[in-house]
Amino acid sequence: MNAEVVISCAQLTKRFGEAVALDNFDLEVARGTILGLLGPSGSGKTTALRLIAGFDTPDGGSVSISGRQVVGPGVWVPPEQRRVGMVFQDYALFPHLDVAANVGFGIPDKELRGPRVSEILDMVGLGDLSHRMPHELSGGEQQRVALARALAPKPDVILLDEPFSNLDAPQRERVRREVRTILVEARATAIFVTHDQEEALSISDQVAIMRRGRVLQTASPDEVYHRPVDCWVARFLGEGETMPGVAAGATVETVIGTFKLAEPADGEVEVIIRPEAVRLIADPRGLSRVVEREFYGHDQLVTLELPDGRQLLSRTPTTPLFTPGDRVTVEVDEVLAFEAHEH
Amino acid sequence: MTEPVGLLEAPLESARPPRPPSPGRTPRFLWVAAAFVLVPVVAPLVVLAAKVVGAGGDAWSVAFSERTGRLLVQTIGLTAAVTTGALVIGTATAWLTVRSDLKGRRVWSVLVALPLVIPSYVLALVLLSAFGNDGVVTGALGFLGVDSLPSIAGSFGAWLALVITTYPFVHLIASAALRRIDPGLTDAARSLGASPLAAFRTAVLPQLRPALAAGGLLAALYTLSDFGAVSLMRFDAFTRAIYAQYQGRLDRTPAAVLAMILIALVLVILMIEQRSRGKGRAYTPRPSRTPTQVTMRPAMRGLATGFLGIVTLVGFVLPIVVLVGWLLRSDTVSLEWSAAFGSLWVSVAAAMLAMAAAIPVAVLVVRHRSRLSIAMDRAIHSVFALPHIAVALAMVFLAVNYLGPLYQGFAVLIITYVALFLPQASGAARGSLEQIDPSVEEASRGLGRSALATIGVVTVPLMSKGLAAGGALVFLTTMKELPATLLLRPTGFDTLAVDIWSAASEGLFGLAAAPALLLIVVSAVPMYLLVTRSYER
Repeated sequence: MNAEVVISCAQLTKRFGEAVALDNFDLEVARGTILGLLGPSGSGKTTALRLIAGFDTPDGGSVSISGRQVVGPGVWVPPEQRRVGMVFQDYALFPHLDVAANVGFGIPDKELRGPRVSEILDMVGLGDLSHRMPHELSGGEQQRVALARALAPKPDVILLDEPFSNLDAPQRERVRREVRTILVEARATAIFVTHDQEEALSISDQVAIMRRGRVLQTASPDEVYHRPVDCWVARFLGEGETMPGVAAGATVETVIGTFKLAEPADGEVEVIIRPEAVRLIADPRGLSRVVEREFYGHDQLVTLELPDGRQLLSRTPTTPLFTPGDRVTVEVDEVLAFEAHEH
Repeated sequence: MTEPVGLLEAPLESARPPRPPSPGRTPRFLWVAAAFVLVPVVAPLVVLAAKVVGAGGDAWSVAFSERTGRLLVQTIGLTAAVTTGALVIGTATAWLTVRSDLKGRRVWSVLVALPLVIPSYVLALVLLSAFGNDGVVTGALGFLGVDSLPSIAGSFGAWLALVITTYPFVHLIASAALRRIDPGLTDAARSLGASPLAAFRTAVLPQLRPALAAGGLLAALYTLSDFGAVSLMRFDAFTRAIYAQYQGRLDRTPAAVLAMILIALVLVILMIEQRSRGKGRAYTPRPSRTPTQVTMRPAMRGLATGFLGIVTLVGFVLPIVVLVGWLLRSDTVSLEWSAAFGSLWVSVAAAMLAMAAAIPVAVLVVRHRSRLSIAMDRAIHSVFALPHIAVALAMVFLAVNYLGPLYQGFAVLIITYVALFLPQASGAARGSLEQIDPSVEEASRGLGRSALATIGVVTVPLMSKGLAAGGALVFLTTMKELPATLLLRPTGFDTLAVDIWSAASEGLFGLAAAPALLLIVVSAVPMYLLVTRSYER
């Protein structure tokens, strides 16, 4: 990350009574980056956004936006002076204002407001809805108005709180792509909160994984998936069979065989085998047996029983299609290994 | 603001907000504004208490006099009797109009609520006249050979007037609760062998208890506060004695002591209610399903219809007939336009000021919940429960001692109205603010508007309906207000209520007809909206 840092959170801490929502939360986001803040519910993601936006005050730590400290020891910049755009989970459109007035709300200059509103509405593809009231819009349209409203004042950063959670599944994927396109086109820096792994991995430039109020890893989607920092992150991001093993440099030995390691390691380790790393070859004399298969169209998830009775998952293309009882030979690509007894 | 209760005179526990508000920082201007609101609410009571404490031994001798003891017994007795009567009648009307299969029960439901629009002193006046020597009732009974009735004035008259005034509170609150109670419970009890009455007692009444407690509390507080009806009925309750002392003596210590005792009485009742609420288990509101009506036997149905008929007759038809009769009999329409105009303008002023004061109160209580803001809200609500005459008397002491030239000026009068009725405005404003997603306000902050600007551009427009409803309520109650107006009005200033009072105290009933009818018509408008709205739900 050589590029200019727009958002920098250092050791942010926030408690709600007994519960610790954020515990030394650190995060840096470079200009133009779309960062997905991913974690299970209750991990403090939304709290982090609210502290950045200034809707809550931290118990400790600091936040800087474009190099200016906005909260920290003795420093408090109110939300309206932070140049942060927020897209709320439920959109929070002003119900008493029409689309154009909603989008123009954050532009104080009356001369600039009109042109900027039409420009941004065209960008999100809602140019012809400018006089509708919020309740006359579909969920996806409301979402885009909320985004347009947040983008209109050209903030330093856009924060999106579970932006797709209120949309139904078929809409969600489409809107997700649209939002990413709009953000990229606007060259916006954005942080969006989600608990959906697929969502975070598919539209982010960077993903920050949160657990219990801390950031465990910040990296590209590819890296967090293939090079997770620990066992918990690995399992949080994808399915996989876990088993003990002994690593020796580039390989690891387990009860079901010796595999190549994605990262070199040594000694006793915890091994995770991702289903997509497990390839199956139909073989009547194979030692493993298919016990279950879930068909997903683009692929199939096959549950295997290995010779020693262990089960292993495999995600493979749907040709050939396996059925329970089929005999197969199993080949495994790289596996992940972590120091044993973590978490 | 969906509950009918919200439009009555009850402090409301409102619906839960969409998500627990996390206050962030409370802007200082909110506290400053709240302090401005709180001072006129609290200061008079402090002055009153200081006056009583300052009087020392004199205060003690008044407090422990035989007369005070008698007042206490009379007042508590009347309160208990009125509350019981209101609970019995209100529960019966509510059940009959919500759960029974009575024909026209919706119409009845509106009819039995109508006495709400008639101030207690007008009702007292009408009853005195109707049961008097030339009265409508006495006349009607003439055919039966009765030519005079014992005077209704005294405890029975006060009781009757106040029961009629207060049972609609119980009726409305119990009706709302009955609509939410699962009708399946009654069916279950019936199928297990319970008679309709037994089913009501065992399956419905326990769930109705919180509503009845709320309705009973309203009736009790109303009775303790009432000044007009007990005075016209010449029943010696605290309020009447306070006014007599205030009027008749230069030394105002006795009035102050009596007011203090009355306030203590109210606080005790509030405390008892708070305790009992803690123990009681509140019913869970359920999604409404098609209500099944309870079938009644024909004989019972006749009895029930007769009962509703009598209630409506005495509570609404009789007053209207009597008032219209007076109006027709008098040669000139005796409406003092100056009084009507006086009522109108002070009520509008009080409503506007209360709406303005309600904004910081509602925002603090809903969006910046803290011990301090809750304490402020409690203080405001407590004053609301206090008898007007006690608060007005306290305001007199404050004005006389500290505000010199402002005493008996409009400012003090209007501020007193606001201090008395603010919870109606702030409660309604709070109700609608709780419906607003706080992230809408955060969105405004995030888009560059300051906390103050956000309240102006987003919060107030969004809660304008609630504010307006609250303002309308304050307007209405101010129109009807009597004791505080009597104590604090500028010399020569009249309102409709004062007009009715003066006419009645001089026995010139006819003169009271026009102002009383006008007052009823004005009260009827918001009441109509309230009743129709409670049906839309």
